[in-house]
Amino acid sequence: MDLKDLYRDVIVDHNRHPRNFREIPDADRRADGFNPLCGDKLTVFVKLDGGRISDVAFNGSGCAISIASASLLTESVKGRTIAEAEGLFSQMHQLLTRDDVEVDVSSLGKLGALSGVREFPARVKCASLCWHTLDAALHQQQQVSTE
Amino acid sequence: MNAVHAVAGSSAALDVATIRRDFPVLERTVRGLPLSYLDNAASSQRPRAVIDAMSRYYETSHANVHRGVHTLSQEATDLFEGAREKVRRFINAKSTQEIIFVRGTTEAINLVAQSYGRPTLGPGDEILISWLEHHANIVPWQMLCQQTGATLQVAPITRSGEVDFDAFAALLSPRTKLVALAHVSNALGTIIPVSRFIAAARTRGVPVLLDGAQAVPHMTVDVQALNCDFYAFSGHKMCGPTGIGVLYGRESLLSAMPPWQGGGDMILAVSFEKTVYNGLPYKFEAGTPDIAGAIGLGAAIDYLEALGMERIAAAEHALLDYANERLATVPGLRFVGTAPDKAAVVSFTLDRVHPHDLGTILDHEGVAIRTGHHCAMPVMEFFGLPATARASFAFYNTPAEIERLVAALLTAREMLG
Repeated sequence: MDLKDLYRDVIVDHNRHPRNFREIPDADRRADGFNPLCGDKLTVFVKLDGGRISDVAFNGSGCAISIASASLLTESVKGRTIAEAEGLFSQMHQLLTRDDVEVDVSSLGKLGALSGVREFPARVKCASLCWHTLDAALHQQQQVSTE
Repeated sequence: MNAVHAVAGSSAALDVATIRRDFPVLERTVRGLPLSYLDNAASSQRPRAVIDAMSRYYETSHANVHRGVHTLSQEATDLFEGAREKVRRFINAKSTQEIIFVRGTTEAINLVAQSYGRPTLGPGDEILISWLEHHANIVPWQMLCQQTGATLQVAPITRSGEVDFDAFAALLSPRTKLVALAHVSNALGTIIPVSRFIAAARTRGVPVLLDGAQAVPHMTVDVQALNCDFYAFSGHKMCGPTGIGVLYGRESLLSAMPPWQGGGDMILAVSFEKTVYNGLPYKFEAGTPDIAGAIGLGAAIDYLEALGMERIAAAEHALLDYANERLATVPGLRFVGTAPDKAAVVSFTLDRVHPHDLGTILDHEGVAIRTGHHCAMPVMEFFGLPATARASFAFYNTPAEIERLVAALLTAREMLG
């Protein structure tokens, strides 16, 4: 288990230069996510066009894994339907938490860079925080905590 | 008992190489690298003398205490009560009646909140704490306030991480019914000059509880000299076992307090009409206690006393100075908590590297530190930080381990900075 499996180049890049790191003032949906263990705080904003995510962004503070994961999330769900985004959430959940399930990483694109997180159990919640927060936003809950 | 690992004479420095051999866990590796354990403020490690004392008890003398007339019960009682006497002597309490065994500092504070605070406080009364407190010295008081209608007052801290004495004194009023303060801050390492605070409170007749979890392992504590009313600490931060801690209480206060939990051992006589409670300290020790834990704590006290608390403090202070000097050379490192008088705790942040990432990267270098809010979220909020990294040293740490910490921080900076 090498540290480079966790901090892959894609992760480091998205942490240094997070994409869609902004507020959407007229967002249709938003939710706050909080990881009390490490103090990570994210807000996810979603703009909907029918059943499709026309824009998605986030802001907040957190570790490299949580920031990179949120950045990758915004890139991967933009333009998708809500149902597709939920499908990705469930695939990501499996990727991060289940070592008994084969996840087709090639179908996940850049999100596959997070597959190393599974080897670092203490960091799984960092990577999944943004996904739980997106899920809460799509289900119109206001707050989510990974505890 | 324990050999004194001194080079020669009582003022000589500790022989760390020899001391390290007393701690079996320090021989292990983490990810193929030697362990540098720099998370002592969270929990220290145990010397073999403590582990052996507990094993020996279980192997030869275990039975329930204060109950049987048989040999094993008597031996277990003697060992358990012997440990209480060691604790009394260690903190210089007047009497073993003032030494209550509890699970740890947290339980000790909850005991005082519920047994001292709940019957005596009401609406309009105030409990005064500081901004530096660990959650264990905040939440029990908040719960007490909810139960009684009392109000929590919080003395502010300065940018260096010291409790503002003048602001504290200004918050003392006829409404103040209890003061609860850390002796040493767990998050920043600040040593609070508690004598001043205690004197200010006690001249107004306000009792004072000290959270000594971070103080007892690192300095000589004399509860009579401090003149505090309650003093709480944990075994596992002072080379003793987890699950055991101590509440010291002034006898006059403890005597007047009702029991906290009911059950066996805390009674003299029980009928369905009436129960007569036992005297101190047993009134507060319902149920079978952590006998092995108390014996382990006694062995830890023997170990620390053999080394000498003053030499322990000197060794740790030298490590703190060395760490401050070396960490200051790491680009982008910012110290959080810069009080002149500190225990061997260094809290810091590193530019562009989140503490949580630091924790993982350092672990890969075999260096164990704590990252996060250190159960002191108000302190983090005061400094506008979600979290810090915290290295905390014990007398068995070495400058070489601090060098490994510095090297690992440079690696983290290279990787993520």
